Amino acid sequence: MAYSDKSRSAFSEEIASIKEKGLYKEKRFICSPQHSEIEVEFPEGAERRKVLNFCANNYLGLSSHPDVVAAAHRGLDDRGYGMSSVGFICGTQDLHRELQDKVSAFLGMEDTLLFPSCMDANSGVFEAILSPQDVIIADRLIHASLVDGIRLCSASYDTFKHMDMGHLEKKLILHQDKRLRLVVTDGVFSMDGDLIPLDELCALCEKYDAMVLVDDSHASGFIGKTGRGTHEHFGVIDKVDIITTTFGKGLGGASGGCVSGRREVVELCRQKARPYLFSNSVAPPIVAASIKVIDLISASTERRDKLERNTARFRKGITEAGLLIRAGETPIVPVMLFNATLANNMARDMYAEGIYVIGFFFPVVPAGAARIRVQLSAAHEDHHIDQCVDAFRKVGEKYGIIGLDKNAIIAKYGM
Amino acid sequence: MDGMKDVVLEYIREEYVDDEDDVELDENTPLISSGMVDSFSMVSLKTFLEMKYGIKLPDEEASPEAFDTVDSICALVRKHQG
Repeated sequence: MAYSDKSRSAFSEEIASIKEKGLYKEKRFICSPQHSEIEVEFPEGAERRKVLNFCANNYLGLSSHPDVVAAAHRGLDDRGYGMSSVGFICGTQDLHRELQDKVSAFLGMEDTLLFPSCMDANSGVFEAILSPQDVIIADRLIHASLVDGIRLCSASYDTFKHMDMGHLEKKLILHQDKRLRLVVTDGVFSMDGDLIPLDELCALCEKYDAMVLVDDSHASGFIGKTGRGTHEHFGVIDKVDIITTTFGKGLGGASGGCVSGRREVVELCRQKARPYLFSNSVAPPIVAASIKVIDLISASTERRDKLERNTARFRKGITEAGLLIRAGETPIVPVMLFNATLANNMARDMYAEGIYVIGFFFPVVPAGAARIRVQLSAAHEDHHIDQCVDAFRKVGEKYGIIGLDKNAIIAKYGM
Repeated sequence: MDGMKDVVLEYIREEYVDDEDDVELDENTPLISSGMVDSFSMVSLKTFLEMKYGIKLPDEEASPEAFDTVDSICALVRKHQG
């Protein structure tokens, strides 16, 4: 047998080691549509319970929106279930073209190419456009998919301290000998919820002749006055050369991603990006629903406005309750606990209070920066948010961290 | 030899330690395994060493283990200085 005892034992040891380090991901089953209130089976086999969901990327609350669901049904009826093909053979329908055009218009970009996911877009874009004589200069906390894409690319790469524009400038100066420079960042960082100062970054890139790539997965649809993203928020729509983003978060929450940007960049991705060339195109129901999402958020800012209000309500409430959060304005709100065990225990107790949140700790976030990440949604109502704040207050009191600053929490629980 | 340690320590302080961080750093401080330097941003250190000492560090040798302390980094550089 090819799968020998030796193989089984090697894999089992690794799984045991993951468990020992406290990094094991438990199975959790959602037994309802994705929404602010969900039904969860956790641990596996336990009785289902209704909880409030504060850990989904369902920023605009569109995952189960009736218009989006209806559009997916229409897509299924009109264009079928799947394409059984990659995009460049016979996998691109008129629907795909329509979505690409609408995304280009929405983001203010010249052209767009769909990928099966933003992970795929990020995996493919760098190698498609850069060569060994080029350099990528990336913020140190960019998403793992960008890291993977950069590592797959033949260009050299360097990094700058998180959101440190002075450090970025030093790196831009250091790499003036390269043919092309590409600065890479998230628009909104998924663990801290902070916004890259994109106006300053773009000014530096203009000064030192560098292109700009922004992964706006945690921004598209709701950051900026009309939800175009981080580039709108900072007034630099025409300065960003490439945006990668997903339809799996605010923009409907199913799957699919894209590279949107300068015409030649998108064309090179169409010709060379391996995840585009070697995986199936996005399924028609998802494309049809994504078109509806872009239509909905282009017609009205109602949902992003509600998300903004919800975010402000939660940030104010949790701060007044005496918990420590990272300051900011995005719907990603890390409640800082610093100690991994404390983050895990508090998340478990929050679940018992009917609030579904998750603790994050090293290596997902830097060592000593454990937190519970709360994500707001336009699907939340005021009473949901108040219930979440009340639960944090109660659980925070249990652990004696109410009103404590960083040093006091660390003194009590360690890092 | 100590000169190299000082140079590497100084670079790590400038490149990886934020001003507000209260970090004690010496030649035995774990860099990668402690999370101070992550495996992605380690490339900046590798590039610095190659430029500073005129060497080429093969990717397979520039492992997180080899880069975990200033002592082990200096040993790797010396090996490639010949």
